[in-house]
Amino acid sequence: MEKILDIIKDEHLTFEQRVYSLARAAENMVDVLHLDDKIKKWMDKDIICDLAEGNAPYKPRYVVPDYQKFMEQGSQFLELSKPKDIWEAVNNLLILYKHVPSVTMVPVYLGNIDTLLEPFVKDEKEDVAKEAIKLFLNHIDKTITDSFCHADIGPLETKAGKLILEVSKELQNPIPNITIKYDKDKTSEKFAIQSIKTALAVAKPSFANDEIFRKDFNGDYAIASCYNGLYIGGGSYTLVRGKLSKLALEAKSKEDFFDNLLPEFVDRITRFMDKKTNFIVEESAFFKSNFLVKEGLVSRDKFTGMFGIVGLAECVNELLSLENSNDRFGHSKKADKLGEEIIKKLSELVNEHTNRYCEISNGHYLLHAQVGIDSDSGDSPGCRIPIGEEPDIYEHIVQSAPFHKYFPSGIGDIFKFDEMAKRNPKAILDIINGGFKTGLRYFSLYEDCADVIRITGYLVKKSEMNKLDKGVAVLRDTTVLGQGGRDNSGVLNRKLRGKDEYENGSKNV
Amino acid sequence: MSEALVNKIIPFSNVDGPGNRTAVFLQGCNLNCLYCHNPETINICNNCGKCVTGCPADALEISNGRVIWDSDKCINCDTCIKVCPNSSTPKVKKYSVKEVMKIILEYKNFISGITFSGGECTLNHQFIVEVFKEVHKYGLTCFVDTNGFLDFENLPELVKNTDKFMLDIKAWDSSEHIKLTGKDNNIIKKNLEYLIKLDKIYEIRTVVVPEILDNENSVVNVSEILSGTEIQYKLIKFRKNGVRLNLINVDMATDSYMEKLKNRAIEIGVKKVVIT
Repeated sequence: MEKILDIIKDEHLTFEQRVYSLARAAENMVDVLHLDDKIKKWMDKDIICDLAEGNAPYKPRYVVPDYQKFMEQGSQFLELSKPKDIWEAVNNLLILYKHVPSVTMVPVYLGNIDTLLEPFVKDEKEDVAKEAIKLFLNHIDKTITDSFCHADIGPLETKAGKLILEVSKELQNPIPNITIKYDKDKTSEKFAIQSIKTALAVAKPSFANDEIFRKDFNGDYAIASCYNGLYIGGGSYTLVRGKLSKLALEAKSKEDFFDNLLPEFVDRITRFMDKKTNFIVEESAFFKSNFLVKEGLVSRDKFTGMFGIVGLAECVNELLSLENSNDRFGHSKKADKLGEEIIKKLSELVNEHTNRYCEISNGHYLLHAQVGIDSDSGDSPGCRIPIGEEPDIYEHIVQSAPFHKYFPSGIGDIFKFDEMAKRNPKAILDIINGGFKTGLRYFSLYEDCADVIRITGYLVKKSEMNKLDKGVAVLRDTTVLGQGGRDNSGVLNRKLRGKDEYENGSKNV
Repeated sequence: MSEALVNKIIPFSNVDGPGNRTAVFLQGCNLNCLYCHNPETINICNNCGKCVTGCPADALEISNGRVIWDSDKCINCDTCIKVCPNSSTPKVKKYSVKEVMKIILEYKNFISGITFSGGECTLNHQFIVEVFKEVHKYGLTCFVDTNGFLDFENLPELVKNTDKFMLDIKAWDSSEHIKLTGKDNNIIKKNLEYLIKLDKIYEIRTVVVPEILDNENSVVNVSEILSGTEIQYKLIKFRKNGVRLNLINVDMATDSYMEKLKNRAIEIGVKKVVIT
């Protein structure tokens, strides 16, 4: 009860943040999952984390509506008919967004917004279409105040897509997060370059390797939340994550880690996921009564679950230190090879487990390289090389690419570029093309001096973090997470690309 | 198969032509510009050995009368370059065409092409041509960054195998050019006209140096020639990093002066002008 009162009195929270916090606190007063002691023990040791899903999940963690269907059929429940022009189109979408739940209480997926709006943009004069898109995006930033909210564009160049990029640059908003589904053979170079210029200004869009995602999802897919690949018209029941970094501390030897700890890790996490998944499907009301389900905008059989991991780098370094080796992940073939052996084995173990409600992914949970949370300290995101130890960009990409095939529901790296990069965005496109050819699934970039930057998988305004530092309540609830990422994981110290790699080439002729 | 002395290779460069490029810097130059920012690339090492005793990392030694550099021991403190009386460096490596290609091919998926720079890379034109013939097989573009002092009409193979040149016009006035570089610029101007006719120029560069040069005169004359073409004109602000301050010690141009020159070039009809 004291916690409830604390929330009510907390001056750092906006009204909406207060309501969400109270709902979370209420949910956590019940115990419906009845976790066994083994799982609880590893939760106490910080090996397993439930990522703020709460004790009694009453909605899937990530909901990925089929917005295309909504545009075609409108909604009986919302009393909306098929839109006739750009104004009705953006208005209908904004209305629906208010009713799409997720772990953050607001939607984590907004649809492929360029293809959704393109038919209406075509009919309008360009300045009218631009005005509508500007109001649309600004409305999202001011009402869905959480930067895990994610919109997709591409792979094809469209008028709507170009306007979305243009307006995003002008607005300088951190929300929504945006991904361009990119395929060298489908996406025009002009659209890709415009995307890079926009990303250097506002840290979005990131680039998703369309070819790899399409293969893994047998066709179209959504990028939601940070960079999570999911099925359209479905989503993810849950995301439970395990810290490989903390698991390694339990190991007596490398063999002990592979033979005993890793299987136990997968067993406990998948059982935890099963409990949540089964509860959401069988007990909670979401799939029985929500209008999104009833109107076919999502269907239960397109949902799956996400098995997340963090801290591979620290895990590898710890296991090597047990063998008195000083080799470090990201800087030694031996360490990188051990890292891939761990992920390969993990992937095999996770794929041995089945849950009957994950038909769409052949009964399996999908692996996810989680980006970390604000309170993490000493656990690098997913399979990333720790901040401060990053090698040059070429070595970095070649090192990380082999891991990407194991993580259909998301993995990626972030590259911070020097201001000079703005003059030659094609140079970054060349690097992305090379990276994707090497097997990278996802590539994020931003420019060092920009106000909007990428923390781990989400975006924050530096200027808003500064306000929060001074104790002022701010609009977007992800800002406080950014502050944690900055203070606990040093995300502002990410290696600057450009200085080392390019500056030597610049000269007085 | 040719060989060349390589000062350094930068795998990824975004300032040596369009897109991401592997830049190969060759040792040796035929000009000696007052403002050269990497004067250690001007001359080939004459093995005087003065750098050997000064090396704090014990990375240099004399063997059979030659200075040998151990790149593994080197800590890149550049003491050797600072003490060199010959505007040179012991830190160069001889590469065959095959060895350079091995490096380029490692990066081939990540780059638009390669750029030879220096020093003055055209002094090794035969080597460059052999590398370019190989590089073109992989669909990459081949650029040359040059001072244009050699007569390109006499180097048809180089011109044929180079996709685009990036040419310095350091000063328009001949006596000014001699004062700055030690050499006349009549061949350079001839090359400018020649390469424009062949549509072989990507960019012209002029370093803006207050006090010493009549910058406006150079910018105006270059702009008149570039007017109406697609060639980019890059105006580079003189910077003191790396220069021999005993030879030149003037302040950088102000931003407003650079803008003024840029606007002048645009007025004359240059389509793309960048300041750096």
